Amino acid sequence: MIKAKVYVTLKKAVLDPQGKTIKQALEHLGFKGIEDIRLGKYMEIAFNGKSEAQAESDIKEMCEKLLANTVIEDYRFEIEKGE
Amino acid sequence: MFGIVIFPGSNCDHDCYHVLKHVFHQDVEFVWHKEENIDKRFRVIILPGGFSYGDYLRTGAIARFSPVMKAVERFAKDGGIVLGICNGFQILLEAGLLPGVMIRNKNIKFICKDIYVRVEKTDTPFTKECKTGQTLRLPIAHAEGNYYADPDTLKSLEKNKQIVFRYTTKDGEITEEANPNGAKDNIAGICNREGNIIGMMPHPERCSEAILGNEDGRFIFKSLIKTIIF
Repeated sequence: MIKAKVYVTLKKAVLDPQGKTIKQALEHLGFKGIEDIRLGKYMEIAFNGKSEAQAESDIKEMCEKLLANTVIEDYRFEIEKGE
Repeated sequence: MFGIVIFPGSNCDHDCYHVLKHVFHQDVEFVWHKEENIDKRFRVIILPGGFSYGDYLRTGAIARFSPVMKAVERFAKDGGIVLGICNGFQILLEAGLLPGVMIRNKNIKFICKDIYVRVEKTDTPFTKECKTGQTLRLPIAHAEGNYYADPDTLKSLEKNKQIVFRYTTKDGEITEEANPNGAKDNIAGICNREGNIIGMMPHPERCSEAILGNEDGRFIFKSLIKTIIF
């Protein structure tokens, strides 16, 4: 079985109000030295009966079409071959 | 004839219906999101507010693939008038029918209150009953209304006069305090270049009756009605 880990993150130029709030909350808890926090999304996709190459091209299309909004988000993914 | 699309999770659909049917006595019908065609009888299609598909993934991201959206696209291409309110605006952005995206409000809170917008453009089917520079008091109710577009897109919106509403003070001044959600350039509503598709975050359907204490939303509906009558 092929498994993919997909990471969707905000582009650098885009303000991240949630990340900013999390940073403030952590600082409020006493954690020091946090330069920046950016919140992103993590997805796990399990495929059946797909070759690695197929999975790769499918994930790319999934990200472009739905999983990421490429106006503000970047995506990257890793493919794992399971047993 | 007005059409109001219902997505799973729409919740301002009946408000729009009520205003058009009972306040303005217009012909109006609901359009289910699985419809693949929009009948020729319809002159205006409204994508109402709500939480289509639970706002999963991103607001509007899944609704944009509902079968009806292909039909809405064709409808707009043929000159049909499309109004997206709040979640409807977010769907139009995700569908690429309007440029830009919505991100989380600057203060990350869901904001539900009356704000003021200034009408920047009156030569549209949605605002022809307004005067340029007129301010409207309208309610907003959203967590993702922080309009974002890259600098080039913002420039082209300005150049092509696609900005229809801006958040301002009551007197029409653009200030940071008057911007409830952090939207770029105080943008509250934009249209496409042709001017027949508009997206707006405020809810005109929630303020079109005296009994609700505010009738500023009537300007939008009166404009639409005037457009389809003449």
